[in-house]
Amino acid sequence: MPAPAIQVDNLSKLYHIGASEQYHTFREAIIEVASAPLRRLRNFGRASSSDSNIIWALKDATFAVQPGEVVGVIGRNGSGKSTLLKILSRITEPTEGRAHMRGRVGSLLEVGTGFHPELTGRENIYLSGAILGMKRTEINRKFDEIVDFSGVKKFIDTPVKRYSSGMKVRLGFAVAAHLDPEILLIDEVLAVGDAEFQNKCLGKMDDVAKSGRTVLFVSHNMGAITDLCPRALLLTRGSLQADGSTPDVVSEYLSVATPDGYVDLRHWKSERSGDGPMRIEAVEILDSKGARAGQIQAGEPIRFRLSVRGKSGAKCNLSVAIRDMMERIIYNPNTSDDKATVTLPAERAIVEVSLQENRLARGDYSASVWLGDAMNVTNDRVHHCLKFRIEDSSLGQTRSKGLVRTNGQWSVQRRGL
Amino acid sequence: MNPQSNQFTSAMTADESAPAAPSEDIPELIIEAQKGWIPIHFGDLWRYRELLYFLTWRDVKIRYKQTVFGFLWAFIQPFLKMIVFSVIFGGLAQMDSEGFPYPIFVFAGLLPWQFFSESLSRSSNSVVGSSSLVTKVYFPRLVIPLGAVGGCLVDFAISFLVLVGLMAWYGIAPRVGILMVGPLVVLTVIASLGAGTLISALNVAYRDFRYVVPFMVQIWMFLTPVIYSVDIIPEDWQWLLMLNPMAGIVDGYRSAILGKPFDWSNIAISAAVALVLFFVGAVVFRRIERRFADII
Ligand SMILES: Nc1ncnc2c1ncn2[C@@H]1O[C@H](COP(=O)(O)OP(=O)(O)OP(=O)(O)O)[C@@H](O)[C@H]1O
Ligand SMILES: [Mg+2]
Repeated sequence: MPAPAIQVDNLSKLYHIGASEQYHTFREAIIEVASAPLRRLRNFGRASSSDSNIIWALKDATFAVQPGEVVGVIGRNGSGKSTLLKILSRITEPTEGRAHMRGRVGSLLEVGTGFHPELTGRENIYLSGAILGMKRTEINRKFDEIVDFSGVKKFIDTPVKRYSSGMKVRLGFAVAAHLDPEILLIDEVLAVGDAEFQNKCLGKMDDVAKSGRTVLFVSHNMGAITDLCPRALLLTRGSLQADGSTPDVVSEYLSVATPDGYVDLRHWKSERSGDGPMRIEAVEILDSKGARAGQIQAGEPIRFRLSVRGKSGAKCNLSVAIRDMMERIIYNPNTSDDKATVTLPAERAIVEVSLQENRLARGDYSASVWLGDAMNVTNDRVHHCLKFRIEDSSLGQTRSKGLVRTNGQWSVQRRGL
Repeated sequence: MNPQSNQFTSAMTADESAPAAPSEDIPELIIEAQKGWIPIHFGDLWRYRELLYFLTWRDVKIRYKQTVFGFLWAFIQPFLKMIVFSVIFGGLAQMDSEGFPYPIFVFAGLLPWQFFSESLSRSSNSVVGSSSLVTKVYFPRLVIPLGAVGGCLVDFAISFLVLVGLMAWYGIAPRVGILMVGPLVVLTVIASLGAGTLISALNVAYRDFRYVVPFMVQIWMFLTPVIYSVDIIPEDWQWLLMLNPMAGIVDGYRSAILGKPFDWSNIAISAAVALVLFFVGAVVFRRIERRFADII
């Protein structure tokens, strides 16, 4: 076996959080030097770790990637995916451990890195290309290809500040897509742009994957990960939780069904956004008998119960999104579409929504909840807070490969001439 | 399309015919926490020389795009400064100018000083201003302040043209000493890079540092014989002034341009201090550099 292209041993990264320790002020530094000159000089330029909050963004990660392998990296927000790529691309250095890279490394952590709004598209291609490590001759050679791929040919001599954000993304990705290092590190850059362009990017990614380059690909898009990467790594709070074939790792990531079908969201932080006055305090999932359950029989009605807190009498809209393992939304019941805007009867209220017709196929799902005011301004949104499984206990195996189940009415007739 | 970008494109395509760089062997790289004081990695800097060129080019281009007079501004600015200084210090205050016309006397000093102070203020914000680059892509961070100082070199070159005009106007013929301008320019760049890298790094680590910089530049100017002559300081004490590297450099420019005798010991002291400053700047920058992406 050849030497691995990426060999990572016990890689760890410690961050100091807590704003006060992050930025020293010069005034403080002077006072410190004056009061303890020697100690200060010894620690000069180092973060002082005393009494500050610390977080291990990456902890003891160990893995190896063979040349030509395409590996997906998945995990919740804040699990350390970007940190891993930043260390491997030398943007930041690890606190402990080491990584051994064999081959030129190119990284794409953001689309349009180094674009300057005052410069034209043409000028920005050169600038961004140089920043990403391309040689001028290389850019010259690929210039037309880049422009064609971006589809902004007409605006190539217009300052980028006049571009729509989609056009900027296209141009940025086009430059990056024409990098050709041996090792490519890509962080969630496909989540932008319109559907057509996303497909084009995925196509390009596929070419890259097949061209024998070593790729680490971070994404929240399980579909893309499954399509592009035979192997995946799962990070959980900085640790490598799983490393194996993508379908297995993805289901490990998504399948951990919430035990007993209940989550308390009062102190929940992960994948949560919105800071309106109204909050979702808990979510439950109930089966047809009205019992909390992490597992539901296929075809049985599902009920979600949301505990909401807000001003009594306030109007609000709610929405529940049910996603499959590929992050595709299957069901998305919401009060706006159902013309069922809720008026809170008291400061604490319980809102229930039931899906009488449950066509979910056997498998693992996640529910995300959203709470907005009467104008649909987000007050609280929690992604993937509840996991559940649809079980199919009918004898024998279900043969349907469909996203949802449906029963066809089959009939047969003699065919006339 | 404006003419400048035309020019840009043709410059870009000029070496299209050049053969592609031969592919190197597979480079190996070990990433781990570095300890202690880190030396400058010149090979890495050399590999990223094109980026340095592009960043410099971007700085210059943006600057001239944004000012009303565009490129002309680079001519007008030093000229206006010279006039103002001549009126106030030469005319009203009757400063001694060692027997030369005050305008050219002050301009010979302004020339390096302008470059130095511009470099200082530009590079001081350069790294913080590039935070989106620093957190998203790897390249030797030294390229950033280098690019900022590089951008100032263009203005510096333009000021030289103004100087040539002034010399013609005052009928000052260059002597052999003019050959010293070359080494002096190198010294000025060294001093500017030293101060620039030092301040740009401190600016990342200490967020209140940028309030100190303009004040510092002002004080520094008064400690530099720009508007006055070194001769106002007694011979025995001049070495003290020369601890400011720009003092010896500015005096050196005057000798080279105006043809007054060089004071070699003064220049030597300043040159030594400039080298030390360069070294300290680079070392401190390297020391703080590895935390840039985390704290910026
Ligand atoms: N410069 C920094 N200073 C302090 N903490 C940081 C810094 N950068 C990242 N962190 C912390 O490190 C942890 C991991 O962050 P990271 O960006 O790697 O997550 P991620 O897996 O990429 O998440 P996402 O899916 O949202 O992109 C987070 O808790 C984050 O707050
Ligand atoms: Mg990330």
